[in-house]
Amino acid sequence: MALPDFAVTNLTLPETPHAVDLLCRKGHVLGVAPHAPGTAYENARVIDGRGLTLLPSLTDAHAHLREPGQEWKEDIASGLAAAAAGGFANVMCMANTSPVNDTASITEHMTKRAAESWPGGPRLFPIGALTKGLLGRELAPMAELAQAGCVAFSNDGRPVADAELFRHAMEYASDLGLHVIDHCEEPTMAPGAGMNEGRVSSRLGLPGQPDVAEAIQVARDVLLADYLRIPIHLAHVSCRRSVEIIERAKAKGVPVTAETCPHYLHFTEAEVEGYNTLAKVNPPLRTRDDVLALIQALRQGVIDILATDHAPHADHEKETPFGEAPCGISGLETALSLSLVLTDKGMLDAGDIIRLFSTNPARIFKLPHNTFAPGDPADFVLFDPRQAWTVTPESLFSKGKNTPCLGRTLTGRVMAHFIGGQPVFTRGEFAPAATTAASRRIHGRNS
Amino acid sequence: MSWPHKDLLDVSQLSRDDVAVVMKTAASFREINSRPVKKVPTLKGRSVVLFFAEPSTRTKTSFDMAGKRLSADTFALTKSGSSLVKGESLKDTVLTLLAMNPDAIVIRHGESGAADFVARRVSCAVINAGDGRHAHPTQALLDAFTLLEKWGTLAGKTVCILGDIAHSRVARSNVILLSMLGAEVRLCGPRTLLPPSVDGWGVEAHSDLKKAVAGAHAVMCLRLQLERQQAGLLPDLREYAGRYCLSSAALAGAAPDVRVLHPGPINRGIEISSELADAGQSLILDQVASGVAVRMALLHLFITRKDRGDKE
Repeated sequence: MALPDFAVTNLTLPETPHAVDLLCRKGHVLGVAPHAPGTAYENARVIDGRGLTLLPSLTDAHAHLREPGQEWKEDIASGLAAAAAGGFANVMCMANTSPVNDTASITEHMTKRAAESWPGGPRLFPIGALTKGLLGRELAPMAELAQAGCVAFSNDGRPVADAELFRHAMEYASDLGLHVIDHCEEPTMAPGAGMNEGRVSSRLGLPGQPDVAEAIQVARDVLLADYLRIPIHLAHVSCRRSVEIIERAKAKGVPVTAETCPHYLHFTEAEVEGYNTLAKVNPPLRTRDDVLALIQALRQGVIDILATDHAPHADHEKETPFGEAPCGISGLETALSLSLVLTDKGMLDAGDIIRLFSTNPARIFKLPHNTFAPGDPADFVLFDPRQAWTVTPESLFSKGKNTPCLGRTLTGRVMAHFIGGQPVFTRGEFAPAATTAASRRIHGRNS
Repeated sequence: MSWPHKDLLDVSQLSRDDVAVVMKTAASFREINSRPVKKVPTLKGRSVVLFFAEPSTRTKTSFDMAGKRLSADTFALTKSGSSLVKGESLKDTVLTLLAMNPDAIVIRHGESGAADFVARRVSCAVINAGDGRHAHPTQALLDAFTLLEKWGTLAGKTVCILGDIAHSRVARSNVILLSMLGAEVRLCGPRTLLPPSVDGWGVEAHSDLKKAVAGAHAVMCLRLQLERQQAGLLPDLREYAGRYCLSSAALAGAAPDVRVLHPGPINRGIEISSELADAGQSLILDQVASGVAVRMALLHLFITRKDRGDKE
């Protein structure tokens, strides 16, 4: 075996009792070895990882980075800073920018901005528009977009009502071997409500979106996927009714994959009490019963992945009456802590989180990822499962401070994040490990 | 009489004792309104902003009159005259108003929760004059005042609220207040105009007018907005009126001395028949008179509480 040029020693792997050393060479994994005290890795950079948990870097299949066009909410540099701090090595960004990402020049602009601001990663993978201008009338030039670097297509945020057009979009994308990601929402049923229809909305006098508005579109999509035998990926599933449809479809062998987001696992419609615009999100936060259905679906593989649906907004945009506020939660930096809370509660295990937030999304969208097998990219997170932190605006690198976690204390925090063996983010005592320009910039603002 | 609240956002925040204080105070002001000179110096030198971001004539006039009869200076800010049409955020409008240092802000706004939004950001009293579909506490208080003047108590009484419940802040606040005061409240309207999850409201809901008014001591009609037809909630007004227009005939099964209320403005022949609106059992004009007295009471209680050192 080749000798490591970089080692992190004395680490804990989730659900493994003994300590390990992670050995890397030239930005790739050599292997994970049992920790042997006193082992000197000569000519290697060595970091003592005592007390820290080793996780592969995550892949976010669903983020809004707002650039070009809405840089006051977020830009690619700040969004990738949030990704670095949150443990994401791959970020797939949605097409609802301004202008919309429906031409190669926009895609190329995005990837160029990413390479300029974060040359060593996190890596940006744009998602192309499914229809021109996201208007749901004509197909976007998907081949051109794929050529420019788009890894999937979606009309996220502007669901396509026209079933015929949607069918053709799936067919056209399948020629290119790429997935359509659908934001499932029957667009005539309380569009943009940002609140579940139910007892809370009824009492607060807010128009609510019923869960069937999502499930109707989920049903359409799985029927099309079954009929066409073309895979489809369903974005941010929020309710039991959708889970039931997906479960039946999978049992029948329909090529469907699905995602949900950490906020749907932690919060319910009750979070909107007091007209809390930070809890306004689309699809809306649902009920306790839906939360339980989603967690079970994740455990059983009915829902395949977790994604953040990171949707940053400026403070002043959320500081309005509920009905006027935009939908969205800033999620890149709380995702891992929120997800691992579920392991403390015994609802999922750490292996599930790795599968849901790393292996599965990277496999579905064919992105580089680390399984700690020799030759894998040395993309990993050093995570302190005991560190408690309070979510404040200052604690977040994203420009979007809009999260219902604000003011809450979470347990477990990313202490360092390496991509290709290089640190892209370090916190606190890991300052000495920060050697690249990028990591120096990010370090210290946020310990 | 101590008053523990900074703001009036909805009746749900009030205790029965609070409501009794409002009723008692309103009764004392009602007398002023029948004098030849209808003005007392109680709020002299105090200023009240009437911030109406949604069209309203009667509620605004009622508050304006209430303020003036207590000698307060009232300043009206309406949507067409305000910066809201130019895109100023509610937050900035409110900060500007606050800089003018009023003693109270009366707010009407199309968004549910708007009064709460303002109240969290200002130190003066905020009185909700209607926010979206959410709440209209002063309307509920004046409705209760009107009924109490007739009956003395609401205990053992049945009140039916009829019409577009789903979109009605008047219905929401009245369900809470009338129930609190001991009345049995029933809701009535086509299923499309009953709110989702109405079972969470803790009252009976009917789509059959006959059943809803059976034995009722009062029926409160709500104004039907024409937009409901365009939104696909109703076929047309004619069919609606055929099923739900309240008339003497429709009240056949109600209590013999059944009273009729309407927050106004009324659509004659749609939610209430013209003859019933003008009949002796109609309390519609009593509601208008009660409105001024109740709003005088509220302005008085909220604006003078600091002088009295009332604790929250």
